[in-house]
Amino acid sequence: MAVYRSVRDLDWTLLAITLAICGLGILQIYSATYATKWADAWWKQMLYVTVGMMVMWAVTKFDYHWLMEHVPIFYAVCVLLLIVTAVLGATVFGSKRWIPLVGGFHLQPSEFVKLALVLFVARYMSELKTERLEMVDFAKLGAMVGVPMALVMKQPDLGTSLCYLPILAIGVFLGGIRWQYAAAIGLVFVLMLPLAWNFYLKDYQKARLVSFLDPEGDPLQSGYQVIQSRIAVGAGGMWGKGVTRGTQTQLQFIPVPHTDFIFSAFGEEHGFVGVVVALGLYFVLLMQIVQNAQMAPDRAGIYICMGVAALLLFHVFVNVAMVVGRMPVTGIPLPLMSAGGSSTISFFMMLGLVNNVRLRRFVN
Amino acid sequence: MALVPIQPETTPAPHGRFREDKHFAAGKVAVFQYATVAVFLFLVSGFWELQVQNEDLYNERAEKNRIKSVPILAPRGKILDRDGRVIVDNKSSFSLLLSRENLKEEHLKPIAEGLNIDYDELAARLRRFRNRPKYEPIVIKEALTPAELAFVESHREAFPEMEIIEEQRRLYPTSGLAAHLIGYVGEVSETELNSLEFTRFDPGDIVGKFGLERQYNDTLMGVDGQRRVIVDSRGNQRQLFSMKEAIPGKNLQLTIDLDLQVVAELAMENRRGAVVALDPRNGEILAMVSRPAFDPNRFAGRIRPSDWREIMDNPYRPMLNRAIQAQLAPGSTFKPIMALAGLETGTIDESFAVSCGGGATFYGRYFKCHEKKGHGRVSLNRAIAQSCDVYFYNVGNKLGIDNIAKYAEGLGLGRPTGVDLPSEAGGVVPSSQWKLRNFREKWYAGETISVAIGQGALTVTPLQLAAATGGIAAGGVVARPHLVKEQRKFEPARKMTVDFMNVNRVIDGMSAVVNGGGTGVRARIPGIEVAGKTGTAQLASNDFLKSQKSHTMKDNAWFVGFAPKQSPEIVVVALFENGEHGNLAAPIVRDVIKAYLDKKARREMPDQMLSQVILR
Repeated sequence: MAVYRSVRDLDWTLLAITLAICGLGILQIYSATYATKWADAWWKQMLYVTVGMMVMWAVTKFDYHWLMEHVPIFYAVCVLLLIVTAVLGATVFGSKRWIPLVGGFHLQPSEFVKLALVLFVARYMSELKTERLEMVDFAKLGAMVGVPMALVMKQPDLGTSLCYLPILAIGVFLGGIRWQYAAAIGLVFVLMLPLAWNFYLKDYQKARLVSFLDPEGDPLQSGYQVIQSRIAVGAGGMWGKGVTRGTQTQLQFIPVPHTDFIFSAFGEEHGFVGVVVALGLYFVLLMQIVQNAQMAPDRAGIYICMGVAALLLFHVFVNVAMVVGRMPVTGIPLPLMSAGGSSTISFFMMLGLVNNVRLRRFVN
Repeated sequence: MALVPIQPETTPAPHGRFREDKHFAAGKVAVFQYATVAVFLFLVSGFWELQVQNEDLYNERAEKNRIKSVPILAPRGKILDRDGRVIVDNKSSFSLLLSRENLKEEHLKPIAEGLNIDYDELAARLRRFRNRPKYEPIVIKEALTPAELAFVESHREAFPEMEIIEEQRRLYPTSGLAAHLIGYVGEVSETELNSLEFTRFDPGDIVGKFGLERQYNDTLMGVDGQRRVIVDSRGNQRQLFSMKEAIPGKNLQLTIDLDLQVVAELAMENRRGAVVALDPRNGEILAMVSRPAFDPNRFAGRIRPSDWREIMDNPYRPMLNRAIQAQLAPGSTFKPIMALAGLETGTIDESFAVSCGGGATFYGRYFKCHEKKGHGRVSLNRAIAQSCDVYFYNVGNKLGIDNIAKYAEGLGLGRPTGVDLPSEAGGVVPSSQWKLRNFREKWYAGETISVAIGQGALTVTPLQLAAATGGIAAGGVVARPHLVKEQRKFEPARKMTVDFMNVNRVIDGMSAVVNGGGTGVRARIPGIEVAGKTGTAQLASNDFLKSQKSHTMKDNAWFVGFAPKQSPEIVVVALFENGEHGNLAAPIVRDVIKAYLDKKARREMPDQMLSQVILR
């Protein structure tokens, strides 16, 4: 059994970078909302970061092996919460994603599903006796990931449900997959696209996809968000307009400039230089997580760290690419920057998992 | 940190059910690292493209995004008469602006209905403006009625693209007073935008289209201002960004005397024709009337096509400014010019006399005098006073066409006077050269006979006749007629060196027309010596008239007069189309001259009254 050391052994580099990103996020949330009805978002976010750090600390307290052993419970709780959401959830912007809590806070269970899935995939993959995945493994993994995915899709929240896929994908990739299987899975996805278009995607989602391909086609409707976001980013230029000086942000041309499009507001107010710094921080964060994976004492640790890294990379990629119009609009937050308690705390918990693995890297 | 190869440190120890092998998937982890690098390069390139390569483009778009500009329409300058009285004023009205940035197609129909606009017209209007920047709102309805204003106010939420602005609308005299010289304004049309004169305007601009409004558009128009407000994505105004005040157009002070203008208008009653009164000393036009007139208020802004057709289809052509565009034979009003030419060339002298027996034969053709009984033996003074045709046939015959043309042109006939109005006609002064140029034919001496009494190919406009007669009255100095007070020193348009004695002889004859029992006795004003000349000009030859007895073929009646005879201050020309005889036009001239002199007397009064007060 790996030995738990002390607070000193936490990944302080990781933590420092995390807090730097959170700091940029809080600054941007303040700048984007100080004159709006969301003016309290920045201190709420500070609260979430504080809570997140405590939760992260708490997560490191339990050996990740113990956590993996109890993953069925977490999984069941998550699925149960998703069902509760579907029944009792508060409808905001036409979708049921949140369970109302006391004090005006809301819980978004779909964010915490990610944690359960990271642990689940890590456990399943490290329990494998074969060097490659077999069809039956795909079926089991697919079913376990598919249930919460389907529930989240029903909310509807396509963006968040798609976030579950990279967790699965990295596990399968690391665990070993026959290229034939990979090709087959890819083919199935391609074949499912028209089905999804016809039976699942809502009109606004189709419009988003169409406008992604041709944003100027309908500039005031579906393409609006992307165009405004690109204008904001471009107007930021090399050095940015300065905090609270971005007109696209301040005049609310950017949709939700403190949550999903926070990086658009950031790009406008801090410019290319600020963007490179922020993306640099994310890159270092990812590399730090990967390093933790490389130093992990066992396969499970590698799977956990890589699962977190993949999820984080997917989030950053989809969100930031969306902001510059290189991905369709999907409502997924930018990790650690976007205002939002569930997402922030969930990412801190994931970093807690990474630290958990790190703290137990010295076997015996 | 990044891309660090895994160093085997410790030997992996077996651990329960979880497999422990630290080298597991090292290559694949490296693949993930490279993929991460690629992803970040991809993302950074996206920002590079937007923020570094296209910064200016997006900056501009961001600017447009947040700033909504609302025009502040500059009021046009007022048009004042020579005493500063307002002829054309502005009145405040409300217009509806349509913002096209967030325009929803489906809103157009209800907006059109609520504002009583034809939907197709509105759609066509939007199409016309499609090349204008989207952030410029366009006027879609002027002079909103209270009901329409209420509609806009109550539908602000439903149709946020509507915006009301205050506009200064032109308020013209409703009776058509001075309509032709003032003209009107209107929205610049697409065809006009392609012409040189209007090319600097934008669609939607209200510009002068006729008369002085057009001639002095640059003075009157002013420069529109702009209020730029910062708006959010919903179009709500957040704060004032910049304010460019409108520069109002300058007022235009005319030489027109509103009193004389009104007198002339009233004197015309409902007859067709024109009146021009000008000061021969400087060319200042004191009154200018053309009838039938039109109501410029119908044009102010956007005229309805039906109204337009009604005016255009009127057979009496109310849009024709007869004072400067009617080119008609001057008839006997040309005789003073003939007399001056005869005297100046030495062709005749004061004692030159002709025996009139009611007609005379020249070049094998019999030319009648208007007096069938004949005038008997007439010399210059009586020939003018009685308007003896036979006398002037002889003068003309002796002079020859080119001498006639020389003096007629010397007094400004045959080409536009250069009055400050658009589309002035030039009339025709025939000459042997003119005929050669236009008909490739030689001039026949017989044709001169008709020209000698102001017929034949000779045509003038009322304004030309006034200016030319003024030229005689001022001793050969022809002033350029104008409607706007000139700042610069007076300079004659043309100057003919003439013998003062000869001028006096002609003027004496013209005085006898009015005061010496001549044809223009109806222009007499007791106590003032008015000089003048009647004219009854045929529209076609007498032979043709015999076969046709239609109304429009009746003779045109002219009268030209000036006063006081000794030092003329005012020349008035009156034209009645189909007025049959010049003496019918004389009372108009008399009324205008009388009004002028009465006013002058009144103006001199205060001093006298003042002295009386002091002396008392």
